Amino acid sequence: MGGDPAGGINHDQHDFALWEKRVDALMVLASSAGLMNTDSLRRVLEDMGEEAYETMSYYERWIASVSQNMVESGAFSTAELADKMAQIKARGTTYGDAT
Amino acid sequence: MKVRVQNHWPPGHIRTPAYLRGKTGEIEREIGLFNNPEQNAYRLPPQQQRLVRVRFTMAEIWGDAAETPDDVIEAEIYAHWLEPA
Repeated sequence: MGGDPAGGINHDQHDFALWEKRVDALMVLASSAGLMNTDSLRRVLEDMGEEAYETMSYYERWIASVSQNMVESGAFSTAELADKMAQIKARGTTYGDAT
Repeated sequence: MKVRVQNHWPPGHIRTPAYLRGKTGEIEREIGLFNNPEQNAYRLPPQQQRLVRVRFTMAEIWGDAAETPDDVIEAEIYAHWLEPA
């Protein structure tokens, strides 16, 4: 974060998990549907603050921003999002393991 | 042409780097018209704004602490943040 010590750069390459690819695809779809844009993505990311930057992974922050943008643009309500999150959580912890 | 980045600190989503606000540089080139990200960020209908590449010296940004004062950094800044210097 701007001006703060950050340690060394991790140069390891890594594959993206399926859920991360889905978050990326969701951002593209939501943008092409006019529900959000790069600047609205960044606005929510930066408003999340320093703690989120330190504790959440890149695509965890992205899905939080995409979700908030979708609520703001009326694609779904927070109640609908909560219901869907509960449904998916009930599927168990291995649901996202498929490649 | 010399320009100064306005030393303004409003709340909200702004792409003008904080470390360049209040600094003076030279216009390097006009880049063209782009949607204003300050409106885009809130999904308001964006107006087109001129985007300008401005060249700043390290001496201007770091003052006496600059290790290589004649080196430059160029930043692309929307014209509504720039005033004649």
